[in-house]
Amino acid sequence: MTPKRIAFIASVLSLSVSARAETIQVTIDKLVFTPAEVNAKVGDTIELINKDALVHTATATNGDWNANIPASQSGQVVMKKPGAADYYCKLHPNMKGRIVVAP
Amino acid sequence: MEVPMIVKLSAGLATLCLLTAPVFAQSAAKPTDPQIAHIAYTAGQLDIDAAKQALEKSKNKKVRDFAQDMVRDHTEVNKQALALVGKLKVKPEDNDTSRALTKEAAAKRDELAKLNGAAFDKAYVAHEVAYHTTVNGALESTLIPSASNGELKGLLQTGLKVFQGHQQHAEHVAADLK
Repeated sequence: MTPKRIAFIASVLSLSVSARAETIQVTIDKLVFTPAEVNAKVGDTIELINKDALVHTATATNGDWNANIPASQSGQVVMKKPGAADYYCKLHPNMKGRIVVAP
Repeated sequence: MEVPMIVKLSAGLATLCLLTAPVFAQSAAKPTDPQIAHIAYTAGQLDIDAAKQALEKSKNKKVRDFAQDMVRDHTEVNKQALALVGKLKVKPEDNDTSRALTKEAAAKRDELAKLNGAAFDKAYVAHEVAYHTTVNGALESTLIPSASNGELKGLLQTGLKVFQGHQQHAEHVAADLK
């Protein structure tokens, strides 16, 4: 396969992925992730909107991913693997959420 | 039959006691909003001071990160508390609980000052677990139920969630140090 052809396939693949991928919003307010559970597909982005004036994280319990979320800003994380993932805030571990990722 | 004066008097006194005793007991046990604001602010400031001591003494990354989190979070919560008392025109009032907390913190600071390295790290983090447990207990059992202003109560409730988070975070750090 020529490099040109590989590049073409890669661009088609990335186009098709970006066309289907969605951004799903989760809000953090007063140390609560809302909605507490969201459904996503592989390739979707979870955007965490932090309304608290405190720094938070969204960290997968199994260690697969982590997003640092500055105070009053937002953080993003792309779902790369299918399955259910529990997550929490490393700084305030009483904050918990769950993302169910479909293939 | 005429009731002797002494009986009338003692009956009167008994009634008075019945009326005043619960009020007194309540005022002794139940802090006022200005006192609650002072206790909550003091508790936060003491934890900032403890974290600053840890930042001076500790070389452990997890302990230092935790201490920095404490400085940042408690500074923010206290900033919000000051803004709220300013808005409500509540003047925080010093009280026995605030004084006891301050005295206890000074003793702990002296005790920790004598320790170094891993011994300091363990003692600091263990104290952070214990301190947040105590403050959270006071918030839940006394301060939040006693707060009469709704906004103050709301800030204390959010504060409780933040501090419960700190308690768990401290427990995680303590487990890592073992």
